[in-house]
Amino acid sequence: MGFDIRWPIGMMFSVFGLLVGGYGAATQGDQMYARHSLGINVNLWWGIAMLLFGVAMLLLARRGAAAARSANQMLNSERN
Amino acid sequence: MRPHPHWIDYSIIAIYFTFVLGIGYVLKKYMKTSADFFLSGRSIPAWITGLAFLSANLGAQEVIGMGASGAKYGIATSHFYWVGAIPAMVFVGLFMMPFYYGSRARSVPEYLKLRFDEKTRGLNAISFAVMTVFSSGVSMYAMGKLLQLLLGWDFNVAIIVSALIVLAYTFLGGLTSAIYNEVLQFFLIVIGFIPLTYLGLKDAGGWDGLKARIGNDAMVHSWKYLGSPSANPMGVEWFSMLMGLGFVLSFGYWCTDFLVVQRAMAADSMTSARRTPLIAAFPKMLFPFLVILPGMIAGVVSAASTTGNAPASAAVAPGTSEISLQGGKGIIPPKVDESGNPLIKDGKMVLDYDLATPMMLVRYFPSGLLGLGLCALMASFMSGMAGNTTAFNSVWTYDIYQGYINKTASDHHYLWMGRAATVFGLAIAVAAAYIARQFNNIMDVLQLVFAFVNAPLFATFLLGMFWKRATGNGAFCGLLSGTAAAAMHHGLTLPVGSAPGVKGGFLGLVVHQYPSEMAQNFWTAICAWTTCFTVTILISLLTKPRPDAELKGLVYALTDRPKDVGLQWYQKPAVLAVVVMTVLVVLNWIFW
Repeated sequence: MGFDIRWPIGMMFSVFGLLVGGYGAATQGDQMYARHSLGINVNLWWGIAMLLFGVAMLLLARRGAAAARSANQMLNSERN
Repeated sequence: MRPHPHWIDYSIIAIYFTFVLGIGYVLKKYMKTSADFFLSGRSIPAWITGLAFLSANLGAQEVIGMGASGAKYGIATSHFYWVGAIPAMVFVGLFMMPFYYGSRARSVPEYLKLRFDEKTRGLNAISFAVMTVFSSGVSMYAMGKLLQLLLGWDFNVAIIVSALIVLAYTFLGGLTSAIYNEVLQFFLIVIGFIPLTYLGLKDAGGWDGLKARIGNDAMVHSWKYLGSPSANPMGVEWFSMLMGLGFVLSFGYWCTDFLVVQRAMAADSMTSARRTPLIAAFPKMLFPFLVILPGMIAGVVSAASTTGNAPASAAVAPGTSEISLQGGKGIIPPKVDESGNPLIKDGKMVLDYDLATPMMLVRYFPSGLLGLGLCALMASFMSGMAGNTTAFNSVWTYDIYQGYINKTASDHHYLWMGRAATVFGLAIAVAAAYIARQFNNIMDVLQLVFAFVNAPLFATFLLGMFWKRATGNGAFCGLLSGTAAAAMHHGLTLPVGSAPGVKGGFLGLVVHQYPSEMAQNFWTAICAWTTCFTVTILISLLTKPRPDAELKGLVYALTDRPKDVGLQWYQKPAVLAVVVMTVLVVLNWIFW
């Protein structure tokens, strides 16, 4: 039904990862990390994690689309 | 402490809203028939319906409420998962889904019509429809208040914006859109809350450090102190915990509530439908670590960071105001009345436990992650609303409109009616949110009535599915008397320290005092269930049963066992169930 939900999930978390991770890299050493997150630059680390998750979802979606295409081709060649 | 949203946080929220609406927009072209709109054309794979099954329940009550309970009662809150959800989820997947999915009923009330009769369905459909729009309203009200506090948004703006977004994506993409967004929201909550638990636990010194800081053994054990109600902060003993929560309430919700069952009905096959709740059970078991632990941590950590001595609030966000922790516990602030003065009861400040989890976000997330955390919170509110909306529009269209008002319209007309129901369902919910804001008591009374209506339900379904002799008249009388029994029990008992009224004792006579509100609720449920069960059996034996031929596919004895062909052994529902139950035992053992 419809499209593969892994596309939007993958895209959204990749964008989040780039944005938050990039922000973390730009604010490295900012005092807000000492104030909030025990001195850990969580934006950078969690941004990287989200990017990896997003890319993994996109790869799964692409693999799924390829599998569906080949299944369709098989079906078509059987019909012919 | 003061919330500190920044441009980066608003960008994250804006991106999330864009994806939410985008999904609805893209799905619009697939909505051609009413079955597409209400049932997603029964074509969704099991892992998606499974995560949606979990997410539909993961509303505001869950994320905020379980954090609050964690702060109040400690790790024993995990009973709401490990006793109050998982066994019922396994049961509905293994034993009840064959009838829901196999009967081709389009809703839970419609199953009642097929199995019993028109009046049982009508009773269930109407009470369910009213209940869903009002709980949607309560959820909206909570969200409005929270956004006001955390982002400095106006209450009206918060309500209208969230209602419009939910309206847009459920109107366009129907159930599929709600389900897809629930999956998105599931990942958002998991990814948004893992760093919260991690940072909180690290600050508190790990699980051992947290135990030491809490300093109350009864809050860090789930079973050890359930021998007597006075030994644990919940004021509940093990029997009512197992029977009231673990059996009546939990099975009543997970096995009969159309909100969750609808997700499984959208699955692409019988096997997928049966695997839906089982797949949901795995993450569900681990959710206590994401939603309960932060609440527990909130009660014992301090607002000032130990690793730095930076000024309290550097960048001040417009519209937000300082939240005073004076007189609070840890970072849980005291509850304040309309004019901002702290509420005092029995000489002690009342704590606003519902703010435990939101305050954790403010405390541990720097700008950036804060946006992600706020997104996760908003996602939980919105998916709760969307879940209620899609369940409401199906029940309204199929069970009330098609059932009683207009039986023979075209499919196109019912699709149109489903969209119309989405609009007016949400409109009523918005109205309910404002009623909740004005008259908190009315909402308490309503929720009480819903509890009375819901408590006996599982007895009806259990007898309907597993006893072919049960009749429509029996089921109908059973439901009514179960609801009456619940009201009677509640009206005659009172939790210690409460005044008669919404809390009970409204019949003028108090025959028993319970050690806590929770204990009273559990016993009300047990009472309702037992009455419904007994009355249904008695009346069924006195009335004429339906012939076997009519009950094929609806009752256990007259239905072929589902066969799981073409599945790997590890994909089979029975295997999944065994694994779930094993992990469940281990978890209970660890936190005994």
